[in-house]
Amino acid sequence: MKAIKKIKTTEDLTQAIQYQIQKRQSEKKPVLTVSAGTCGQARGSLKVIDSLKKAIQKNSLEDKVKIKVTGCHGFCEAEPNIIIQPQDIFYQKVQPKDTEDIASQTIINNEIIDRLLFSDPISKTTVLKENDISFYKKQKRILLGDNALIDPTDIDDYLSVGGYGSLAKVLSEMTPEEVIEIIKQSGLRGRGGAGFPAGYKWEFTRKAKESPKYIICNADEGDPGAYMDRSLLEGNPHRVLEGMIIGAYAVGAEEGTIYVRDEYPLAVKHIFLAIAQAENMGLLGEKILGTDFNFTIHVSKGAGAFVCGEETALIASVEGRIGEPRQRPPFPALKGLWKYPTNINNVETWANVPLIIEKGAGWFSKIGTKGSKGTKIFSLVGKINNTGLVEVPMGITLREVIFEIGGGIPGGKEFKAVQTGGPSGGCLPKNKLDLPIDYEGLTEAGSIMGSGGMIVMDENTCMVDVAKYFLNFLRDESCGKCLSCREGTQRMWEIVTDISEGKGKESDIQFLEQLAQATKDASLCGLGQTAANPVLSTLRYFRDEYIAHVKDKTCPAGVCKNLITYSILEDKCTGCLACIKVCPQEAISGELKKVHVLDQEKCIKCGACFEACQFDAIKIE
Amino acid sequence: MINLKINGLEVKAEEGWTVLETAKFYGLEIPTLCYNEGLSPYGGCRLCLVEIGEGPKAKLVSSCTYPAEEGLIVRTDTKRVIETRKMMIELMLSLAPNSKVIQDLASKFGVTQVRFKIRNEECILCGLCVRMCAEQMDGRAIGFQHRGYKRKISTPFDIRSEECRLCGGCIYICPACQLRCQGPEAETAVCNACLNMDPTCLDHYDDLQCWMYDAGRCGTCVRESKEKSKEQTSKQ
Repeated sequence: MKAIKKIKTTEDLTQAIQYQIQKRQSEKKPVLTVSAGTCGQARGSLKVIDSLKKAIQKNSLEDKVKIKVTGCHGFCEAEPNIIIQPQDIFYQKVQPKDTEDIASQTIINNEIIDRLLFSDPISKTTVLKENDISFYKKQKRILLGDNALIDPTDIDDYLSVGGYGSLAKVLSEMTPEEVIEIIKQSGLRGRGGAGFPAGYKWEFTRKAKESPKYIICNADEGDPGAYMDRSLLEGNPHRVLEGMIIGAYAVGAEEGTIYVRDEYPLAVKHIFLAIAQAENMGLLGEKILGTDFNFTIHVSKGAGAFVCGEETALIASVEGRIGEPRQRPPFPALKGLWKYPTNINNVETWANVPLIIEKGAGWFSKIGTKGSKGTKIFSLVGKINNTGLVEVPMGITLREVIFEIGGGIPGGKEFKAVQTGGPSGGCLPKNKLDLPIDYEGLTEAGSIMGSGGMIVMDENTCMVDVAKYFLNFLRDESCGKCLSCREGTQRMWEIVTDISEGKGKESDIQFLEQLAQATKDASLCGLGQTAANPVLSTLRYFRDEYIAHVKDKTCPAGVCKNLITYSILEDKCTGCLACIKVCPQEAISGELKKVHVLDQEKCIKCGACFEACQFDAIKIE
Repeated sequence: MINLKINGLEVKAEEGWTVLETAKFYGLEIPTLCYNEGLSPYGGCRLCLVEIGEGPKAKLVSSCTYPAEEGLIVRTDTKRVIETRKMMIELMLSLAPNSKVIQDLASKFGVTQVRFKIRNEECILCGLCVRMCAEQMDGRAIGFQHRGYKRKISTPFDIRSEECRLCGGCIYICPACQLRCQGPEAETAVCNACLNMDPTCLDHYDDLQCWMYDAGRCGTCVRESKEKSKEQTSKQ
């Protein structure tokens, strides 16, 4: 790590920021930005970086260009991608073999390589610049936007986008009460799921009589398919630290903890590095920037229990006890970590804080709806063309997110449902597509905001199967303390499994509903109270499917194996042998250009033939 | 003193009392199972649920853990409470159908059928034994393992715990495990942690049910079980 000069006063910090900003603006060399978050690395961005470096050496460009490695920009579908400044060329799905061309053609000859440009699924045109892609157009990337500009392992790079400016402002001219007032006015609500107004939470902790006080950053993101917090920690860890330092000053805490799951190795690495850099620079530690304010941050690594995202379970885990929730009240603001006042906020909430201080409460509260302000990051996954992280203003409709930003459903299939809020969220059908996304709206519709998972499902998804999947997750992730949650999720899973296997009775549906309601009512924490949502929301919007499973013993979507049969349509089969080649059971027989025959006895309903057939000759019933 | 309302009655609670303690003080009955006056409240069985608040924000909480708060409105027997409570009893019955305590609860609250598949686990994970061991006996020989549907109570690493003094406190307090607490013939066969020369569990199961992994220490069970199995094979 390069030597970092200690900064002693707020004026010095402001100067350092100005210096870095100018340095960035006066940069004359072309900059090649490669995204290498966990998603990028999984798609080979490290190899791309290696070969890019070699290509640059080979073309003797070492002194003429700069390579910058950043975190995830959000558009996972296009990873690994390279952005070339100053022209702002966006190359997507770059392979190591492409780097030679990038160096020799684009850098030296200023030629654009058409094959690496993004082809938009909606407009069907190739797009040159990142911001012109429809995926980015409707987004408002106040949090994620900087991920593309910053090398997360370099504190100076964060300063060069004005980072830590809000901290300088807070420590030089604001009292803790004023900070809390601004956060209150901004209308910022917790991004972890429940949506409690952050400013009020801070005030409770500030006003609590006991000391010491603590703050915690909840980075225990456990929803399947959700990774907003990971990308913020990986791509812009100093923003989160700055938010925490400001928060600690506001509530009067001297110690902070980041509770991050150990399954996020890159996030853990970047956050440790960021803390060390901030300490060396004097932004953490004793007498920060010459004030009387002391603050240190520890990292506590979680072992990957979904329930530890619940604040009281998280505190138990940090203290070294079993991650189990306890009764609130007393709330952590009064009795939290080590029984002292503690303020817990989610990664995304903390990341919003420096922006609100910098741009003002008014700027923030102009974004969003009446009750929900600012933006929200969703991880848009499932049956969707543009998979990735989307940051949108509150109040945008589901339709805009799925069909405009997400580019719709692949393969021309029909949209069926969208699941928001992670495993304990709910599935919303087509007629809820115009629902504006905010905390209250989603809750009313039977789902939740949660931490921001958004799973899109197409017509080939069976809703009973979806409920079964989430119940299976929840029965494993319930801490098991409350009978209602532990046995409730287990028994709901048993009933739904029976239904999906054709063993369900008609009375099961009503019984399932009763059990779901009891689980929701009787459980202690948020996990149990929302554990019934997958069942209740699918029963509310897709009851027909349950009835088809128990009454007619059929699966309308053709998913539940026990209820479907595959057969070959004689008039459509061309005898191409494709299905015979893929069938693992050798259940299909036939000769070239003759209609094939499927042996039902041998068929295990794996669906391989259905996928392989180019002529729609495989029928699912 | 804290002023609150239970079932429309204005009551006063001492600082630090729970809703359950307050109700008990006034003679208002709330059914409990995992609650014991001598142990810290746990809130696991969800039987002592009461409804607090009014209107759309009303919710159910376990009265044994919820603190008496100023102005709190508590109702102990609303439709929502009763229906949920019955479901909890039905769930318990499906896990420990032979428990007299749970059967009695079922009779009292009118639970007449179990719609779930019966799983004779003879444990509802109420945690009474764990708390008894730790808090009253200062033992900490047993605790919870795993989470979710895999959760169980056992000794650390499933081996005999050095902390266990065979006091039998866990068995004494258990509401669910019929064999351990009274055996099939209540007067004659008190199993008592396998100190008994003839563990009653072997009449019912192929394996010893000694969950404290004590078989190695007193030795009787192991000998008994081996001899019994020998006898059985020779009979056949």
